[in-house]
Amino acid sequence: MASLESVRSKTDSRTRWLLISPAMLVVIVGAIAPLLVIVIYSFLTPGPTGGVNFAPSFDAWTRVLFDRDLFDDALTLSGTNLEILSRSLLLSLVTTFVCLLVGFPTAYFIATRSTLNREVWLLLVTVPFWTNLLIRTFAIQDLIRNEGIINTVLLKAGLIAEPLQMLFTNFAICIGLIYVYLPLMILPVYASLERLDRNLLEAASDLYAHPFKVLLEVIVPLARPGIVAGSILVFIPAIGTYVTPILLGGGRKLMIGNYIELQFGQGRDWPFGSALSLTLMGIVMVALLVYIRHGDTHGHEHG
Amino acid sequence: MAKNFLVTHQRGFSAVAVTTFIFLYTPLAVALIFAFNAGTSAAKWGGFSLRWFQSAANNQQVIAASILSLKLAVISAILATAVSTFAALAMTRGPKFRGWTFTYGIISVPLMVPEIVTAVALLVVSATFRGWTGYTGLAYLIVAHTAFCVPFAYLPIRGRLQTMDISLERAAGDLYASPWNAFRFITMPLLFPGILAGFILAFVTSLDDVVITEFVKTAGQDTLPTYMLGQVRRTITPEVNAIAAVFFAISLALVICIYAVNQRTKIN
Repeated sequence: MASLESVRSKTDSRTRWLLISPAMLVVIVGAIAPLLVIVIYSFLTPGPTGGVNFAPSFDAWTRVLFDRDLFDDALTLSGTNLEILSRSLLLSLVTTFVCLLVGFPTAYFIATRSTLNREVWLLLVTVPFWTNLLIRTFAIQDLIRNEGIINTVLLKAGLIAEPLQMLFTNFAICIGLIYVYLPLMILPVYASLERLDRNLLEAASDLYAHPFKVLLEVIVPLARPGIVAGSILVFIPAIGTYVTPILLGGGRKLMIGNYIELQFGQGRDWPFGSALSLTLMGIVMVALLVYIRHGDTHGHEHG
Repeated sequence: MAKNFLVTHQRGFSAVAVTTFIFLYTPLAVALIFAFNAGTSAAKWGGFSLRWFQSAANNQQVIAASILSLKLAVISAILATAVSTFAALAMTRGPKFRGWTFTYGIISVPLMVPEIVTAVALLVVSATFRGWTGYTGLAYLIVAHTAFCVPFAYLPIRGRLQTMDISLERAAGDLYASPWNAFRFITMPLLFPGILAGFILAFVTSLDDVVITEFVKTAGQDTLPTYMLGQVRRTITPEVNAIAAVFFAISLALVICIYAVNQRTKIN
């Protein structure tokens, strides 16, 4: 009997890996192996027309933060690179914060509707989310351009004398990012608010807590997993954004995604581009670690 | 003091929520309305017209891009759904095994890596392969799309498997159904809505992708999103608005499909 069992579990395990391997293979070939390749490339030197020379070097990594002086090899902090890195960080953090500020009340509003209405409001959040990113981005572009609707209306109303320059600013990038990623904040926050035990809120109010105090000291702490998940889901794509700065920043306000592209395109410096990509990966990993430590209080479920 | 007051009301929240929905829909609505504009301006209404839809429909580049988009989305969604179904079955049935977390981690990698990083990594690899083999076909795009669609196909299928009543499959086994028959007649029909939802999600994900396609494609391999990106980089024409409107209608129809499938099968 025992040996039969063990034979059986062996074939079970073999079938299992047979079933899993196609998915693993696809992801390894289409995502993980290429990542490993750029890890290696980041430690090589650039080839003459793109590509790499197989001469190991830390230069690409050094240049993420420093400029090397042409004459005496002295290292100075690179102004351009720091500016792009800090702009990326700042814009994505502001985006995340505003999404939370706007998304939390919206999620709360949806969670407090009747069951039937909730479904409708949720669908209304999902529809823009499944609309192509480009379409949403140039919808914003249309709205805020100099001859766009907002400026036309403001001019006609006599509120401004000449069009406000909104397009091609950091503000435009932020609005675009908020518009595109807001649903990613609303949905997880809603999920955690929906599960909230209302008895706790009633208990707090029975004890004469002011509604605002209930919000800050009961609701927000209980909704924390959703808040952290939403913040991560907004922050990761926002900091890596590529399309939004092109269309709304006019290619002048670069973010790290565009800077990376430059290195593989015009710059023809694959090692530096790889090092920049991995720097971005590093920032994302730190964010994910924060998420694992603070957001996921329930642990992983099986399945 | 009424208790409901506290539970369902925070001062100002409803106002913020309403503003949010206006914010979410105004730009979309304006873009869609101006697709029907007779004039060329994106701000001045020159009367209702379908001319931009017509001009898009007669544009050879748009037609070629649409065909390529559909081809890619169908192929990669089928592949991603198939491999995800196998993996989800293996991972939700039976005890948690050694390597479970590892496998799960691998499958979710495309969700965690910023798109631009995957894109340049794939650019490097596909450029190198092109140099070695001279092959310039669609395989690079298919592999890339399939890989990033895997998590999107996997999640709904796994979700469906988790909520399915496993005792039905056990009962089939007790009644001497072969594993294959139990799968064919019990598991598969019950799982189907999950597979369909996974397929649609993967399809929309592939259809919508801009960044990865932009980096992996070669000349003449434009999909609808990369074609639109190329166009708006120069000047915005109402033709792009018209394409966007059609694109929007397709995505909307697919999302409603998923919604309907989920609603219908909730009772099980």
